[in-house]
Amino acid sequence: MSSPVSETAAEPLVAGAPAEPHERTGSVLTSLMRLHSRGEWVLIGLLVVLGVIVIPGLNLLPADSALHFPDYLIPLLGKFMCYALVALAVDLIWGYAGILSLGHGVFFALGGYAMGMYLMRAIGTEGVYRSELPDFMVFLDWKELPWYWYGFSNFGFALGMALFVPGILAYIFGFFAFRSRIRGVYFSIITQAMTYALMLLFFRNDTGFGGNNGLTDFKRLLGFSLQAPTTKLGLYVTSVVVLALAYLTCRYLVTSKLGRVLMAVRDAESRLMFCGYNPHSYKLFLWTLSAMLCGLAGALYVPQVGIINPSEMQPANSIEMAIWVAVGGRGTLSGALLGAFLVNGVKSWCTAALPYLWLYILGALFIVVTLFLPRGVAGLLRWPARAQTDETRG
Amino acid sequence: MKRDRDRDRDRGKGVPLCLHSLSQFSISVSFLFLSLILLLGLPSSSGATTEGKDLASLLHGLGAKSRRDVRQAITALGRLNDPAALPALEALGERRLRVDEAGLVSIKGEDGSLRDALSGETVELDEAALRTPRINNAVRRALRPVIAQLQLYAPDVGVRLAAAEELIKRPRPEMTDPLQAALERETEAAVRDVLAVALAQMQLQSEDQTARLAAIRLIGESGNLGLRPQLEALVATQEDGSFAEDDPEVRAAAEAALSSFERTQFLINSLGNLFYGTSLGSVLLLAALGLGITFGLMGVINMAHGEMLMLGAYASYVVQGVFQERFPAWFDWYLAVAVPAAFGVCLLTGMILERGVIRFLYGRPLETLLATWGISLVLIQSVRLIFGAQNVQVANPAWLSGGIEVLYGVVLPYSRLAIILFVALVVGLVWLILQRTRLGVQVRAVTQNRPMAACMGISAGRVDMWTFGLGSGIAGLGGVALSQIGNVGPELGRLYIVDSFMVVVLGGVGNIAGTVVGALSLGLVNKILEPVAGAVLGKIGVLIFIVLFIQQRPQGLFALKGRLAES
Amino acid sequence: MKQGDSRRTWDSQMKRDMPEETIDQGGSPAMAHVVQPGLDTSHGVILYVENVTVSFDGLKALNELTLYLNAGELRCLIGPNGAGKTTLLDVITGKTRPDTGTVFFGNNLDLTQLSEYDIALAGIGRKFQRPTVFHGHTVSENLELAMQANKKVWHSLLARLSRQQRERIASTAETIGLIEQLSTRAGLLSHGQKQWLELGMLLIQDPQLLLVDEPVAGMTHQETDRTAELLISLAGKHTVVVVEHDMEFVRSLARTVTVLHEGSVLAEGSMEEVQSDPRVVEVYLGA
Repeated sequence: MSSPVSETAAEPLVAGAPAEPHERTGSVLTSLMRLHSRGEWVLIGLLVVLGVIVIPGLNLLPADSALHFPDYLIPLLGKFMCYALVALAVDLIWGYAGILSLGHGVFFALGGYAMGMYLMRAIGTEGVYRSELPDFMVFLDWKELPWYWYGFSNFGFALGMALFVPGILAYIFGFFAFRSRIRGVYFSIITQAMTYALMLLFFRNDTGFGGNNGLTDFKRLLGFSLQAPTTKLGLYVTSVVVLALAYLTCRYLVTSKLGRVLMAVRDAESRLMFCGYNPHSYKLFLWTLSAMLCGLAGALYVPQVGIINPSEMQPANSIEMAIWVAVGGRGTLSGALLGAFLVNGVKSWCTAALPYLWLYILGALFIVVTLFLPRGVAGLLRWPARAQTDETRG
Repeated sequence: MKRDRDRDRDRGKGVPLCLHSLSQFSISVSFLFLSLILLLGLPSSSGATTEGKDLASLLHGLGAKSRRDVRQAITALGRLNDPAALPALEALGERRLRVDEAGLVSIKGEDGSLRDALSGETVELDEAALRTPRINNAVRRALRPVIAQLQLYAPDVGVRLAAAEELIKRPRPEMTDPLQAALERETEAAVRDVLAVALAQMQLQSEDQTARLAAIRLIGESGNLGLRPQLEALVATQEDGSFAEDDPEVRAAAEAALSSFERTQFLINSLGNLFYGTSLGSVLLLAALGLGITFGLMGVINMAHGEMLMLGAYASYVVQGVFQERFPAWFDWYLAVAVPAAFGVCLLTGMILERGVIRFLYGRPLETLLATWGISLVLIQSVRLIFGAQNVQVANPAWLSGGIEVLYGVVLPYSRLAIILFVALVVGLVWLILQRTRLGVQVRAVTQNRPMAACMGISAGRVDMWTFGLGSGIAGLGGVALSQIGNVGPELGRLYIVDSFMVVVLGGVGNIAGTVVGALSLGLVNKILEPVAGAVLGKIGVLIFIVLFIQQRPQGLFALKGRLAES
Repeated sequence: MKQGDSRRTWDSQMKRDMPEETIDQGGSPAMAHVVQPGLDTSHGVILYVENVTVSFDGLKALNELTLYLNAGELRCLIGPNGAGKTTLLDVITGKTRPDTGTVFFGNNLDLTQLSEYDIALAGIGRKFQRPTVFHGHTVSENLELAMQANKKVWHSLLARLSRQQRERIASTAETIGLIEQLSTRAGLLSHGQKQWLELGMLLIQDPQLLLVDEPVAGMTHQETDRTAELLISLAGKHTVVVVEHDMEFVRSLARTVTVLHEGSVLAEGSMEEVQSDPRVVEVYLGA
């Protein structure tokens, strides 16, 4: 049986900056420049300028102008940026280390909850019940704030928790899972079980995160009203900037020796061990980092959509994240970004226009991409798909 | 009562494990039985002749216009303790009593004929001129214990037993003497026991200390948890801190009886947990068995496996509907068609999936996972479009409704018992198929060494198709089982897929014995943890347990070690 | 789980010849020393395998096996199929844990307590029966990953190749005849080239003890000869264990031979001694 992506079918490596890591160490700038070829840098620059300057500029034009960028699209784009950040995180762990996580929805939601908790606290006494406590606690007849809500009235603390909580969870989970050498589909299944269990936990009212209604009715972030178009624009721009920085970080990571070790984990883990590497700690590092990226995405996501509830943790959501990456082309960071934008773009359009069809389209995407496009759209576009897929070995 | 999501689905169906449900069931049986007696015009005991006049006037009273008079007549009839009054009382409760202008009371039979309440002879009366005495809850409350009391004379043991249990639940001080009489007359040991408890309950407030102590002891030994509040009242403290009961000996005896209740309660809970654990485990087993074949033997990770359960359940829904419409007379036997239909539908779906999608993905488990997830989305959405997004209900055949009570408060629903048997049967069959048939030998050959099997002339592709079909078909059988204990919805499979995979991982891949043990132990652990930690925390506990377990035995409970496991 | 790669065939690629280049006879910096600091081989013995038993489901793959290796020795392990040769290597490299018995590296390192990577870091390298290289990486990257370095996560995150390291990669590539293919992806190499690459990775890892499992399977005569030369040149500075079926190859190495049979050592000595041993003849060579 031959896999569609056998090594003989792969083209020789496209020459480019990432292929030649054997350069002398230079200044920070030169090591940064080495991440991409000149053409790619120009493209990245253009995209960032488009996202950070052009679109906000058009949005700030008067509403009757022909070039005005509509307000309602701004949070939507911001949402997509968050999804793209998630796709980066999933691709990092799946495309480069061969670990398919079906639990990234949890990390995303945990980050979201951390931010949601801050936003709840920021409501102050303006809730329906005019109480210091969040509305749902008043509703449940709770008299005081549970201990794990302490500190969340501080934005910095909440942001830290958005990174830290998913990170800790991932670290503990990964520590045990990698140590017992759970890999491949087993790991995927276990992560799905974790997702399922946590979703059930968050659905409970007693857990203290608002039960199945979750956290919502936010009023303001750092004093800015969340309803104001300028706040929305600000959040969107922040998302674009964070995404760009995250992309560069990931890019650095996968082109470093660490990235090469990780790809070796994916291709021949046991060989790597006999070379003297501890693959578990490499996987654990990447897994934790990926979870934290997801948490960051969740934290950016919640103020833009205005709600976080346990349905974000549904196992189906986590699997959907994998398909973003698969559609774009895993093993290429740019492919992951592209996939997130493509799939979510289609989803936004379709759930509005043809809601009955969306699940069919999504289902078909899963099937078609795995059968016919193992390297995703990026593979179709013949991008330097250096990270090739090969689950069979390992 | 705390129940997890799965069990919530039971609501309104089957017979949940709860106290009292059985006695209601037996009451209705006794009603049925009594109406039978009534139609035959049976009871005409000797008491009727000697005290006929009193009885007749009291029966008149049942037709009184004032409800208070009716109640008084009922109580008086109870004091009279004459079973001949039973048909009339019965009829009053069921609104079949008719009164004419003169106050003559007659009973309307199920065939519409009217019979005299006392003699049971047919009477010719103009029905339009008759009045039906109206009853309210107060009347019913008065009625029930009197009926039960009179039922103590019934020839049927079951009716007497049910009547005695009813009397325990609704004690009345004036019942003491009739109970005493019934106890002396009673020959059946089971009924005697219950009567003794009923009597003891009356004696709790007696003046005589020895009688009280004996009564408390008797209640404690009976293990009848329904009497717990009475005992608790004896040991309770009043607001000022003093004991409600003055007699310290009585208090001590009540304490002892209560602690014996604790033990009984624990026993009952453990039994219930055991049964429900086995039941959950057997359902899980059906779900996981197919997975054990597709994932364990073939290495195909099929995320659409849960949807096979769902398809099987919908198949039995459709078959059930057809029987209801077309062959209502044969409705009780629709399962005989539903089982092969569900198996067939899922077998076929599985084979199509294998040939159409999965075979292109062998050796790429993660891609298989994603593709089969896509398939599951398509299946769910299709079912939603065809049958609607709402849950549908599949009716049990009559012989599967109800249950048997093995202990006070432990009712084993027939449907769940049947599922346990069914699962045992399916496991046996699967084992036979894999061990004894040609297909089984070929399956094992292909899964162990594919190229070699192909060299031996086995068409590996065909074997794959049938193996996958078999695994899916078994899931379909699981769907039939699920349809008997809960509602059926498009998302049914999602509830089970995670647990099924846990079972296979726990049991060890490629091993039926492991799957069986894994499923049963997961079911049990789930149900045992549930009352302690709550359903959700219980589930999380189980998950943590599995992750820790895999630390110790990465290959699962029963998997092979060595070269086979490595490759 | 069954794996797809067992079905992959390499036959079509086996026929290609290797470039004819002379072997760098130990001049590379990779072979500068015999014993790493920290390893105590004061008794001249580098590996002690004592009374090791491994059983898989009742089948004893290794049965009370005892074996000593002297530092700097070149030892050949032979034996019929199922004799336990590969299992022995698995036990030494930590892939399989023995049920009973001890395995010591030098006088002080208990290998049964160490993980695979710790064992590799301690100075034991292994070449697999089937060539196992990182297919997605270039030859140069394969060598880079194998090269002695700090192999911790945080170090890898910031690591850059020094001039010295790049020179070493180049010289190793030259040794294994892959200097032209430095930036070729390993997955595109021929079977023989992969064998060489894996040997090269072993060289650049610079272990004190090299375990080489069937190094010449699928190689041409010329390649076999070159491999023999390379292994002989390594002995003395390194300790080398070769597992091989090819008797011609074993004879060409002309060193101590240990015969395994049913999980125990059957005979030990020079090729001639072993071949004249009647028990060996009976179970193995006589057939």
